[in-house]
Amino acid sequence: MDFRQPTRRAVLAGGAALAASAVASPVSAQAPQVLMRPIPSSGETIPATGLGTWITFNVGNDPVLRDECAAVMAAFFEAGGRMIDSSPMYGSSQPVIGYGLEKLGSPPVFSAEKVWTSWGSNGPEQMEQSRRYWGVPHFDLMQVHNLLAWQDHLKTLYAMKEAGQVRYVGITTSEGRRHDLFEEVMRKERLDFVQITYNIVDREVEERLLPLARDRGIAVIVNRPFQQGDLTRRLEGEELPEWASEIGASSWAQFILKFILSHPAVTVAIPATTRVDHVRENVAAASGPLPDEAMRQRMAAYIEQL
Amino acid sequence: MSEWWGYRLSDFLLFSPRAYWRLLELHNEALWPLPLLTLAAGLLAGGLALLRPKAASRVIPLLLAVLWAWVAWSFFWNRYATINWAAIYVAPIFALQAMLLFVLGGPRQVDPDGRGWWRAIVVTLLAVALLYPLLAPLSGRPWSQAEIFGMAPDPTATGTLALLLLTRARWCVLLFPIPVLWCLASGITLGAMDASLAWVPPFAALAACALAIAQPRKAARPRV
Ligand SMILES: NC(=O)c1ccc[n+]([C@@H]2O[C@H](COP(=O)([O-])OP(=O)(O)OC[C@H]3O[C@@H](n4cnc5c(N)ncnc54)[C@H](OP(=O)(O)O)[C@@H]3O)[C@@H](O)[C@H]2O)c1
Repeated sequence: MDFRQPTRRAVLAGGAALAASAVASPVSAQAPQVLMRPIPSSGETIPATGLGTWITFNVGNDPVLRDECAAVMAAFFEAGGRMIDSSPMYGSSQPVIGYGLEKLGSPPVFSAEKVWTSWGSNGPEQMEQSRRYWGVPHFDLMQVHNLLAWQDHLKTLYAMKEAGQVRYVGITTSEGRRHDLFEEVMRKERLDFVQITYNIVDREVEERLLPLARDRGIAVIVNRPFQQGDLTRRLEGEELPEWASEIGASSWAQFILKFILSHPAVTVAIPATTRVDHVRENVAAASGPLPDEAMRQRMAAYIEQL
Repeated sequence: MSEWWGYRLSDFLLFSPRAYWRLLELHNEALWPLPLLTLAAGLLAGGLALLRPKAASRVIPLLLAVLWAWVAWSFFWNRYATINWAAIYVAPIFALQAMLLFVLGGPRQVDPDGRGWWRAIVVTLLAVALLYPLLAPLSGRPWSQAEIFGMAPDPTATGTLALLLLTRARWCVLLFPIPVLWCLASGITLGAMDASLAWVPPFAALAACALAIAQPRKAARPRV
């Protein structure tokens, strides 16, 4: 049995019937119940917290740091996480993921990769190299990184999807870059996923991109949930409001993640971390209650006045 | 790619400070006791430059050429490239500097008189390059993560500039650009990493340029 494709089993077991905030069985008996979100184009469900790898997993051949990354991955899977996101742009992150997956005995990963090259003709070779680094039979999701050469790459990706070499196709951007073009591509292409920046401070995507994703049935991956750590660092000295316990948030990181995940268009948030305690905290944010609209407004107003 | 102006400097930094300093630690550790040897080579070059025996004119550029080639291969190509793909493009530039030093690096024999203050500053610059390992504890890092002349690029570039000045090398116009540009680039990278002593390499490079311009012109015609 191929443990790297549990999501296929999840499709059969869960199917499209699972509601947007359904709770699924955890990976291990001790893991908390993790919030599962459906991918609109297939109905397959995935845990709502993923794991980013930009900077945090770029540790080269350093055996100590590689083992630390593997420990983060182990805690992530143990807590019930599945999606790991990377890119050929992220230095050694891909081989480091591959190292972790091998060390952990092929845990149930949902692999989200990117193609990042200016030349459409280089795409297939780059994706194959990425696949070898991860050591997976194929990727679950392949995204065009920052819309680079998106027309050419999407053509290739549709063909790969048709041939069963990749399961989902997507595009990415971050921090509000090229949103007009992004919207245009979302409107005219057959995308399964989009990846954008969204958090309690950067809310521009609430205007057009998130509603559009909902309308078009496109799954949304949220990157930079903590503004690459700037936001969590800024809030470090501030006291968490007492009412945060009403939504089950016991830290600022959970407060922010719960805000993100409570947007109805959001499928997965992918915070990156070098720390086992942080990854546990992040995955745990995708469990328990989520804020309703009134609470969301209260949360945003609270952050604004700090 | 469009909208490049929407990026900050730190957006281009693809590794954490911790991964970078650990990389230096592994580099020193893996090649130990070579760091002692390259540092000794730096001391030797400095001694030759100050005492100016006949052999100095050939030995110094040769030593420097070997060290630049070594840093190109061992640091950029083999090590730094594992966390920064841009290092692949820097390695050949360091190799080019090695070639330039080898071909053009012979010193002029000059009259040493009348440039006491100038010489004192250049010697200080050389001392900075050789004492570079001290920057590790000064910025709160362990000794094992020290940057060593002949092993790491910043002290190598700084020391090279000082030695080129001390020996009043011919063709400084061609031998200066690569170490100077490296020091500036390194300062930018360290700045993006929020390193406390990020100003050291660019400051050293600018000081070297100023010293090159302020170089006493009283030099005798070079003996060939
Ligand atoms: N265009 C694109 O496609 C694009 C662009 C940007 C990002 N991404 C993807 O999105 C992922 C996430 O974005 P990001 O890595 O830029 O930034 P991020 O996830 O917003 O922030 C990462 C930082 O947050 C800190 N952090 C994580 N969990 C924490 C917790 N529980 N408490 C306190 N601090 C915590 C981490 O520090 P510690 O290590 O100390 O935990 C790390 O420095 C990336 O890794 C990447 O996979 C894609």
